[in-house]
Amino acid sequence: MESDERRRFADVTLPHLDAAYNLARWLTRDEHAAEDVVQEAYLRAARYFGSFRGGDGRPWLLGVVRHAAFDWLKRHRGPSAVSFDDDLHDRGDTSADPQQLVLRKSDEASVRDALAELPLPLREVIVLRELEGLSYQEIAVLVEIPIGTVMSRLSRGRRQLQQRLAGYVGEDAK
Amino acid sequence: MNCQDVQQLLSAYADGELDLVHSLQVEEHLGSCPACAQSEKNLRSLHTALAAPSLRYAAPAALRAQIHASLDEAALVTAGKRPGASREAWLRPVALAAGFLVMIGVGATLGILLSRGRSANGRIEDWVVAGHVRSLQVNHLTDVVSSDRHTVKPWFRDKLDFSPLVPDLAADGFPLTGGRLDYLDGRPVAALVYQRGKHAINVFTWPTQAAGDTPLREFSRQGFHLREWQQAGMNYWAISDLNDEDLDQFVRLYQQRTSAPPP
Repeated sequence: MESDERRRFADVTLPHLDAAYNLARWLTRDEHAAEDVVQEAYLRAARYFGSFRGGDGRPWLLGVVRHAAFDWLKRHRGPSAVSFDDDLHDRGDTSADPQQLVLRKSDEASVRDALAELPLPLREVIVLRELEGLSYQEIAVLVEIPIGTVMSRLSRGRRQLQQRLAGYVGEDAK
Repeated sequence: MNCQDVQQLLSAYADGELDLVHSLQVEEHLGSCPACAQSEKNLRSLHTALAAPSLRYAAPAALRAQIHASLDEAALVTAGKRPGASREAWLRPVALAAGFLVMIGVGATLGILLSRGRSANGRIEDWVVAGHVRSLQVNHLTDVVSSDRHTVKPWFRDKLDFSPLVPDLAADGFPLTGGRLDYLDGRPVAALVYQRGKHAINVFTWPTQAAGDTPLREFSRQGFHLREWQQAGMNYWAISDLNDEDLDQFVRLYQQRTSAPPP
């Protein structure tokens, strides 16, 4: 029985180890912290495996990883590292930007830097959506925010990425 | 639909997450507005750029090996401690955790969880203390900050398969500061946070199968005072560093207010 349970835990969580590490790495922006966070997350996941209701293990595991990463951030960067006021940040302009965004293969490092510089709450939804391919519904449950907030954070995150990247491209063109 | 409306929906449109009606409206607008159409193209370029494999970090081999080893170790611990039949369901996650602990060596809070006695309540007591300590340590006392029980109660309804009773004790000197989701004994529970002066009181509550109410029981652990009771199909654990008298007063009031049907 116990070894069945262990096998089930391995089946549910091990396929998503890369996803777990990727999320931890983007949230903490530190490779050593990311390893600690993933280890802690697997430990917690084992402890709370009873609360796993079946289905896709990925959003569930990523939720545990996210909590562990936020605990790490609060401990090492202070509580302000994870606070965010959606209303305050929602005053960005929503006008169309007709400028064309041109990205080449050689811009990968720029894209990585731009994403790393995004505020945490915008960065996490971009990573969950663009890098991990989660649905809005899954992100809403995982981040514990309404779907409307998922939508607006993604929209703002992308706008900020474009602005930052437009800056890089502009420098290139000089 | 004007440009501003479309700009707000464009991201969700590109993700295919917009409902059909709005989708069609956005599509119609894009056909006639070159500026918004360019914005949509930019979103697609960004999406392509973010799909670059180099942006996705893979778990280092050492980490992978460690996690695998922990699982194997967990199996050994579980087999070694195999206590027999059914009632040890709770041992499983703990044994797994023990395996991880051996390999990874995480902090002291787990020591609390693992050094448990035989009796069922001895175990839950440790969870309660660990939960209380953790809530104070990581500045994670409340997920929903509100002194209004009409805010706190519905917040739980969306997250748990039960709805806790949240009495208003502010007039008696125990204002509600909020609530959060916690885990005790491997299941999600509601944690209500009340305040007395500078002391936080955590009330953990979750449904029980056991019939009937049980009288109040008192414990002290690691400098914290604990009270445990069952009432109307719910388990309650209150814990605080408050003195015994004040905590007793709090519990008495809490029981009174939760025994009458909520207004």
